[in-house]
Formats: sequence, C-alpha cells, structure tokens
Amino acid sequence: MSLKDIISPFYAWKRAFEKPYTIKDPVNRKAADLYRGFHTNDIEKCIGCGSCEEICQNEAIDMVEVAELVATKGNSGLKPLIDYGRCCWCALCVDICPTTSLGMSNDYTWLSEDPEVYRFVPGIDELPWANESEKGYKRGDESWLVNGEREKMPEQEADERKNTFDEFQDGYTDEQAIIEANRCLDCGICVQACPTHMDIPQYIKAIRDGKLDEGLRIMFQTNPMVEACGRICTAKCETVCAVGHEGKPIAIRWLKRYIGDKTYDRKDEIIDLKPKPASGKKVGIIGGGPAGLTAAYYLRTLGHDAVIYEMHDKLGGMLKWGIPDYRLPADVLQREIDYIIRQDVEVKYNTKVGKDIMLEDIHKENDAVFVCIGAQLGTEMPIEGLDTEGVLSGVGFLEKIGKGERPDLGKDVVVVGGGNTAMDCCRSSVRLGSDVKVVYRRTEKEMPADEIEIIEAKEEGVDIQILTSPVKIEKKDGRLAIECIKMELGEPDKSGRRRPEPVKGSEYTIIADTCIMAVGQKVEPEIMKDLDIKLTRWGTFEVNTDTLKSNQDTIYAGGDCETGPDDAIRAIAAGKKAAYFIDKQFKG
Amino acid sequence: MRPIWNDTKDLDLKSGKYVKIWQGPQHPGVTGNMALEILLEGDEIMQLNTHVGYLHRGFEKLMERRKYIKCFPIVCRICVPEPDTNEYLFATAAEDLAGIEIPERAKWLRALNLEMARLGATIMGIGGQAGSFGLGTIGQWSVAHRDLILDLFEELTGGRIYHMYMLPGGVRHEPPAGFEDRLEKVLVKTEKLMYDIDKVMFNNYVFKSRAVGLGVLPKEWIKPFGVTGTTARASGVKYDVRKDHPYLIYDQLDFEPTTGTVGDVYERTVLRKKEVLLSVDLIRQILAKMPRTGSVRTKIPDILHWKVPAGETYVKAESGRGEYGYYMVSDGSEYPRRVHVRGASYTHAMALLEKMAEGVTNADIFGLMVSLQTCPPEIER
Repeated sequence: MSLKDIISPFYAWKRAFEKPYTIKDPVNRKAADLYRGFHTNDIEKCIGCGSCEEICQNEAIDMVEVAELVATKGNSGLKPLIDYGRCCWCALCVDICPTTSLGMSNDYTWLSEDPEVYRFVPGIDELPWANESEKGYKRGDESWLVNGEREKMPEQEADERKNTFDEFQDGYTDEQAIIEANRCLDCGICVQACPTHMDIPQYIKAIRDGKLDEGLRIMFQTNPMVEACGRICTAKCETVCAVGHEGKPIAIRWLKRYIGDKTYDRKDEIIDLKPKPASGKKVGIIGGGPAGLTAAYYLRTLGHDAVIYEMHDKLGGMLKWGIPDYRLPADVLQREIDYIIRQDVEVKYNTKVGKDIMLEDIHKENDAVFVCIGAQLGTEMPIEGLDTEGVLSGVGFLEKIGKGERPDLGKDVVVVGGGNTAMDCCRSSVRLGSDVKVVYRRTEKEMPADEIEIIEAKEEGVDIQILTSPVKIEKKDGRLAIECIKMELGEPDKSGRRRPEPVKGSEYTIIADTCIMAVGQKVEPEIMKDLDIKLTRWGTFEVNTDTLKSNQDTIYAGGDCETGPDDAIRAIAAGKKAAYFIDKQFKG
Repeated sequence: MRPIWNDTKDLDLKSGKYVKIWQGPQHPGVTGNMALEILLEGDEIMQLNTHVGYLHRGFEKLMERRKYIKCFPIVCRICVPEPDTNEYLFATAAEDLAGIEIPERAKWLRALNLEMARLGATIMGIGGQAGSFGLGTIGQWSVAHRDLILDLFEELTGGRIYHMYMLPGGVRHEPPAGFEDRLEKVLVKTEKLMYDIDKVMFNNYVFKSRAVGLGVLPKEWIKPFGVTGTTARASGVKYDVRKDHPYLIYDQLDFEPTTGTVGDVYERTVLRKKEVLLSVDLIRQILAKMPRTGSVRTKIPDILHWKVPAGETYVKAESGRGEYGYYMVSDGSEYPRRVHVRGASYTHAMALLEKMAEGVTNADIFGLMVSLQTCPPEIER
C-alpha cells in the first residue's frame, strides 16, 4: 500500500466531465439492420405450410384460420399466429420459410396494456411496425434450412432409351430414397392437392424410418394402385410442394414408386386385407380401368361383392392401353391388378356394355352400378383428309402399342396435339424408329402435357413445332402432305389459355408417312342409352359431384367418363369416392 | 495438510456462540440464484453450505426431446453473460459427430465472436468483483461499456444478449459493412476503460486492503477441484484451452496465457483485466489475419430430419471463466441421446467455496464467491 493507492481512485472524477453513455430516447432508438425484432409476414407469399410452426422450439407459433382467407390448392389458408410470451427471437422460423414470406423487422419496442395483443397474426393484424418492415432479419435468397436440390433418378440417357420400349428409369436406391425423404418439411400441403388425398408426409416418414411395410399400408388407405401411380401419376402434389418454392419439389412420385418397388412381392402379407363381414350386396362396375379397379378394391374391403365388366381381355383401362411400356411396364401393372383381383373381385372379360350386355341387365343383377368407362374415343379435328390412309388416332395407336404391336410408321411421323397422349404417341413413334414432329397450336407454356414429358420427348429428339395447326391432309406421291398454318395467340378463352388464331398466308406443308391425331378424347355415352342417364353438354355423365350419383338411383359414374379426359389419380379418387358413397347408400 | 474434502467440523451449535444466516438466493452479490447458508462466530464464517436448485431449467434434459436444430436456440440460455461459448460448443459437438467441416472464414468469425463475448463477459465480471467490495462505480462503468459491445453483437448477429449466430455448419451470416471499424473504436475505448479501472480499482487502497490475501487458492487444490481458467492461472497453473488444445484458429494467433503466482482475490481480478487486454489483442489479430472472402457456412443435412451418426464426443473451449465443455452422445436418431454441459465453475463453485469460506469474514464472502467466477446458471443446466 502506498500513498498512490489513496490518491489514484480520485481519477474517477475525470469521468464527471465526460459525455454519459445514456441513450436519450431509448424507445425510438433504431436497432441494427439485421436485428431480429418483431415478425412480419407477406400474406401474398405465405402458403400456410406451417414449417415455421414445425421448427419453433418454443411452440410459440400456431397455424390458425384467418377469416378473410380460404384454402386453395397449394395454400392451406392457415397463417402463423405468434405468441410473444413464448417467442425467443431465434428466427429459425424465418430461416425455414420456403417462400421467404416470414421475416422480422428491426422494431423492438411495443407497448400495450392489453396482453392479448401479444398473440397476433403478422400480416393480418394491424401492427405498429407493419409499414417499416424493410429492415430487420430476413432470410437470404439461399436457404440453409430448406434443401431445394432433388435427388436424381437413375435413368438411361436419351440415346439409349429411345431404341427400346423397356422402362428407362431404375427407381431410387435405398440411400437415394432416404436422402430425398429427408428433404420433406412434413407440411402436408401436398395432401390436399392429391385428388385421392394420400397421406404423403406419413409415407415419406415411413421411408425415413425404414418402415416400408408401414408406408405401403398408409398408401393403401387411399390408393390401391401405388406402383402405377409411382410411375405415371401427374403428381399434383409436387406442383404445390412447399420445398418447390425453394428449388425442386420433393420427388413424391419417385418415393411412392420406391415403396411399391420394395414391397410388391410381399403385398398380400403386408396389407393382409381383412374385409368387413359380407354384406350380401353386389356392385357392378363397368370398366376395368383405374377407377373401376379402385372401386372394386374398396368395395371389397367394405364387405360388398364387386363384379367388373371389361370390354378387353385384360384389365387396366387407359393405364394398360393408353400408356406405353417405357413409362409403365405391363408386368408391373399386371401384378398390381392381380393383387386387387385376388381380393375376390369377379371380372367378366370381353364384355362390352351396350353390345354383349345391356346396362339395364347389369342394373337388375346388381344392387348398385358404378360406370367408369373412361373417355376412349379420339376427338376429331374439323379438317379435311382425316380418313386418308396413314392418319391414326392417338388412342387407337397407343392401344396397338399396348397390345404389343409394333407397327411400321415410316420415316417421318407427325403427331398433332400437346397433351400427355400426344407425348406418349410421339415418344412411342421415336421408339419405332421414326423422326417425329409434334404440331401444337399454342406455345409450349400452354401445353397440357407434364413438363417432364415434354423435356424427355425433346431429349429423345422430338421436334416440337409450336403455334402450328394442320388444316388439310392429303396423299401425295404415296406420302402424306400435311398442310399447316401458323397461329398466334389472342385473348384468353374460358379455360384461361390464350386462344390461338391463324396467321393469314402462313400456310406450309409438312411431308410425312404417318400422322397421329392426339387432340383429345371423348366419352362414348351411347352404350348407356338404354337407361336414361343424364349427360352434360360435353357428353360426359352428369352426376352429383359430391357423391358421384347420377340421376338414376344406385347408378354412379366417375373417372374420365364423368370429368372428361383426365389423369389416373383422379380416376382412382373417383373409384374410392364411389365405393364410399355406394357403401353409404347400402347402409341407408 | 488436512484432507480437503469430507472433513466436518464438530461445532456445538447450542453453545450460543454461533449465528446462522442465509445469503441469497436473491442477493446482489450472487451472480445468479444461489443460496449460502452461513454459520458465523462473530464476523467470521465457521461453516458454509451452498444451496443450488433455484435456477434449474433442465436444459440438458430438454435437449433429449428436441431435434438438434431446436437445441440451438436453447443452449445459449445456459450462460447469460457469455452465451456464445455454449453456441460454439453445441455446434462443434454436433459437427464433430456428423463429420461436418466448416469453412475457414466461419472459423475466424466464430473466434471473433467468442473473443467479443469474452470481452463483454469479463468486463462485466470485473464490475461484479468491484461491486462485491462496494465499488459500485466500476460496476456502472463496466456494464455501460458492455453495452457498447452488445451494440456490436446486435450488428453482427442480430441479437444483443442471445446471439444465436454460431449454428451447426458455420455462422449465420456475414458481418455488416463497416463492422470492423466500429469494432476497432470499441477496442480503443476498452483499453481506455481498462486504464481507468486500473487507476480507480487496482490502485485503490480500499480494494487492495480487502482483496489482497483474501481467498488464497493453493496450487495443489486446483486439480482436485477441477479449477480452470483465470482462477487456476492466478494460482500458477498455466492452463488455457486456447493454447494447450487449440481449436478454431487459435493456433494461428500469437499470444501467451495470462498467469499469476499468488492466487488471491486481488490477483484473480488482475488476471481478468489482463484477459480483457489479451482479448483486445486477439481480436485485432483476428481482424488482421481473417480471410475476407469465402463462404461462412457449409451445407448441412436436412435439418428437420437430421440424424446425427451414433457416437459420443467431448469438445471444449476456453470461456471467460475457464474450460467449458460439451459431452454429446448420439444414438443415431434425430434427437441427442445425452448432452452434458461442463460449466467452467460447475466443478468448484460449491465445494471449493465451502472450503475456502472458513475464516473469511461475512462481508468478504461475496468478494470471494465472485472471484471464483461462480456462475449458478452453468451449475444447474
């Protein structure tokens, strides 16, 4: 101790003359630009996926219904309600938000005497910082919590696959399936988009947990044709997938296929179907396509007898006759159908209703009838020369392919149309060794075919000529001269797509050996004329869309013959729905 | 030497010589919530029992029911003044088990963050030490100065107290523009503050007369009680995780751990001051050597379904109070099977304090307690 130790502390007085550290107006102090302050939510962007709720470790976020908003496909209509009694401002909710709608402002003072206001829905409730939300913590363009990179499906290259009708995709390996399943955010927004509402997050979870048997059981609750769907489903689920906002959506279809591929040989044992006690009721199902097979399966689970009237010698409908083997191999489809038939489903093959048997008879023989005859007839364009030799209808051509025929189409083939049938036709033609052009009257953006089909067709060398429409076909020097005209897009029509209009004087001729018209299909309702079932003006059956019941009691209709040409999954959904409401009617 | 544990004194409590008083759990001298049950004879402590349990939040148990990413916002709450060590160690333990290598720039930013946290915590610790001897002014200076560091944290991480910046895979984002200049200004102010504190606290008759010779911690006790950090170094045990088991980029920095010889309260406090100046120096070195380009985080597995491979690991770092460690066990599921947190003062804050308190006056007990860097939140995770 020294004198210095006594005097030295008086140095503290120096500070009396210094500027104090205090902040004059702490309430209006602006926080740093990246400050994690109060939440903001861009309602326009928010899809209500609930990933924020999922990741919140304090359970401070609840997804709630908001009066002004309704659910749409890809948007649950729910919005996050945040409880500031629980929030810890970690901003994981902001980081995981796949649409970048959720953010944080750099505002951090909020005074109110009402404790209830601290539970609020950002973006909906009026908040003091709503207009100053540019600053504060925001998710960057690249998310570190959402993985937008899809696991690549092992498949043959275009040069290799275009020479064979064999399936060109091998399916995911175990490791790939788990990697892909791990990308899922478990939000379940896909369930609503799926026509048959498959419990997608649960079967993806089953893959993650390595419980594929459980996954198959989950899928069979809503869809007995998982192997076919795992290959050719139009995957509406993937179009709304929350991860899709960040990059590529989860490959839900491939994951479904993965479960199907790994479990098909043990399906009987895994599903171990125990139907409800026999009810003694019998349902006639007209058409053995996806809708009919699905209805038969679920009617059997409910204890009713099902009998399918099939005009061909094989079941499968458009899955069998409309989809070439390279997308859905015949044996895969057959083993799936066989499983359904094994559940004591009776099938009357080669029985065309209206010719071999009348609807009235079926109606008498059965307690209820489900009509699912599909849309089998090709639509004809109003142009000259459709009856020229070498002009085929798309469905007719694909049916031949489905039967195993490999017709010689000649060197050059023109396919008219832009839907999935057109893509199947053009890609099948490529496999038959022809050079193929697709003629479509709108642009590629408007093509109804799945994007991946268009991409793969192009990879295989198909030349897609957009804004082109045929006007006349005639025979010239033993080949087809297809006169086409260029189109331009006008005002949007009822379907929302812009109406194509011909450009005068732009006619030109394409020379080809075969022309396949794949411009649409229609229903053949005449076969039902003996019972007066009401039709819509498009020639489809008119039913109550909630129950699928027609104007005739105990006659139901669904699938393409009710909706017009559509995809397999909607037909499956219709089959399931019909089974449910038929059962309901039986029970009174 | 008497055995340093398991010895009890035979005191005749009915003799009327003794008074039993409770200090805490709510007491300004306790840095957190902890109660001291003190048996006094006159002004001298005859026996001291520590009571913890007032602050138990069950973090370790909570983590067993939370996915890894959901633990990330919890761990920082184990230690309020210096949460970053927890963030760093949790992230590192998970990365270690999962075999994730973080980018070089992220390592430097983590080290920068850790040193800034040490700076803020140690400055406040000096204030606490001063406060425990009644020098309230220093406490005000240091807490006000800590606010300047928190301002910097706000800019860098987006949070003032709980930064949640170091996550598995790297750090959250780049420092904002102009951050380094503002940091340098605060470093200059820190040096000035240390000069002032040196004048007012370390060359202060009152402080010296109370702190010098108080709570001498013999070198032999360091190891049995698991004492680390400045508390151990003040007693001449030269152990600093940054130097002895370098992590992040500490092997690329040029520094010598602070050490002392006497091991009393005064020296332990002086070491904290040296530690602040060392941190200032290290931050400057980091700023000089840090790469200016490159990614700040690496790709991590899909976070909601992140299954960390089965295994166990122990990772450690030098916090402001000593060796901080995380022992993490994974059974290969999405949840950690066990996370054990070794707080720096967890090992000695109860047993050693009880031992050293004997013979200390009631007025000095908090000075002693604070000098041992006692931190109840890390005793009860």
